[in-house]
Amino acid sequence: MSVRHASISEKLACPNYVLIAVLLFWALPAQAQGLAADLTSHLIAITTGFTGVSVVLFGATDGPGDIVVAVRGPEREMTIRRKNRVAGIWVNTDELTFVNVPSFYAVAASHPIDGILSPAASAFYRLGIANLKLEAETPAQSVVVDAFRAALERIQQQTGLFVSRIGKVDFLGERLFRTTIAFPSNVPTGTYLVEVFLVRDKDVVSGQTTPLVVSKVGVDAAVFEFSGRQPGFYGAIAVLTAVVAGWLASLPFRGA
Amino acid sequence: MDIYLPIAEVSLDLFVLLGLGAAVGFLSGVFGVGGGFLLTPLLIFIGVPPTVAVASSANQLVGASVSGVISHWRRGNVDFKMGSVLLAGGLAGSVLGVWIFTLLKRLGQVELTISICYVLLLGTLGGLMIIESIRSMLRLHQSGAGRRRLHQHNWMHGLPLKARFRRSRLYISALLPIGLGFVIGVFSAILGIGGGFIMVPAMIYMLGMPTSVVPGTSLLQIIFVAANVTVLQAYTNRTVDAVLALVLLVGGVVGARIGSRFGTRLRGEQLRFLLAMMVLAVAAKLAFDMTVPPADLYSIASEKG
Repeated sequence: MSVRHASISEKLACPNYVLIAVLLFWALPAQAQGLAADLTSHLIAITTGFTGVSVVLFGATDGPGDIVVAVRGPEREMTIRRKNRVAGIWVNTDELTFVNVPSFYAVAASHPIDGILSPAASAFYRLGIANLKLEAETPAQSVVVDAFRAALERIQQQTGLFVSRIGKVDFLGERLFRTTIAFPSNVPTGTYLVEVFLVRDKDVVSGQTTPLVVSKVGVDAAVFEFSGRQPGFYGAIAVLTAVVAGWLASLPFRGA
Repeated sequence: MDIYLPIAEVSLDLFVLLGLGAAVGFLSGVFGVGGGFLLTPLLIFIGVPPTVAVASSANQLVGASVSGVISHWRRGNVDFKMGSVLLAGGLAGSVLGVWIFTLLKRLGQVELTISICYVLLLGTLGGLMIIESIRSMLRLHQSGAGRRRLHQHNWMHGLPLKARFRRSRLYISALLPIGLGFVIGVFSAILGIGGGFIMVPAMIYMLGMPTSVVPGTSLLQIIFVAANVTVLQAYTNRTVDAVLALVLLVGGVVGARIGSRFGTRLRGEQLRFLLAMMVLAVAAKLAFDMTVPPADLYSIASEKG
């Protein structure tokens, strides 16, 4: 008993095994009971010409049922400010910070969610913008929190980061399904989670989570990384580039 | 055609950015103002995050001012001596300005303070300028000839440390441009602008510099102020988008070239009148924005990953 225990902890401690386990998890999405799904791509590469991209999610179920898909971007802290009129001038007077706002949120379903899921289940699995659990940093009256939350949802929808329209999951026959997830050009970087739920009799019977990485690549990634690693140097180079560009631009006109 | 900006983290139309750069470059070429007051709000309007817009405009200003100074210098319209004296005062003033800015920020309402400062400052300046330029245009119209005196003599000319500024055809105390540079340094640090907007009228009216020398000399000092802001922003806030700045520059230098050529064709009075109109328009816009009910009372102040 004690020997076996030791060998397990040894294996867990060994980074190779952890690495392999992680790789397996990423390569083969965890297979859930009665449900298998995957994305056509697990990496969204943001390059100089990036204008947004669509990723296809496809999968199969073990029988009839409905599918609900939720896409969540990495969580962020977000501060919302509210203006009030003070002596005829509009001034920012109040603010509220939410600590866990998903930087991107979209939902797709094979039928309208209200019809296939009970409200309790939708709330439990945080499906739909209204069901996101956003926590305020400082305690405030619920009326106040609700107002700020509504503003946050509205602004995020305007910038396309909370997708208000529920996407369509299409079934090909009874068991195969697919849906297209569209990411706008201002999609934040980070590790996203794509959650797929199999729904029967108004409840979730099975679920699966697949990671999706949104990352800058190429020149843009290099510029971004450099600006973070050597900020002073980056600033100096930015100034120098501008000086040289300004000087170069005045050359072809010489004598004119 | 869209281009992805790595620090701003959005894709924007390349030609919109080029056009924006050209328009602002034109203004800077004509008047010798940096154009940051116009560029920053426009960038925010097309979807660049405000912090990135402020910092990247400063970066763009560096390049635009360099090319502006070169083209003015070829026409002999840059007073380097005056520029460096102003700059010395300006750098000292910006240290005090940054300190005041930090203080205001701690007290809250820094944005409102900025807006009110802008409206008062620009409103007063613009009003005075417009009265003066209309008066001088009328005088020119009536008498036709009659050489106007370069400037009025007053208490300022009794100050010690007199120095000769040959390009500006001035023999005044060096304390004047140093003091002026200092005051403008304070304001530009608080208001987050290059200072050309305040600098240009002050050079014309307070120092009595000839209008033709003003844009080049003003741009000369903006180079350094903007470079300083760019490095500080890159270091403390990491909000300088060099790709954005470079794209704006490409449009900007073309606009600046056209602008500076256009500017030399205008008479001093016309130039001053147009500048006054622009100053007043900005002041009116800011005052209007403060009092009109905003489209959305709520705004996202900051995000942290």
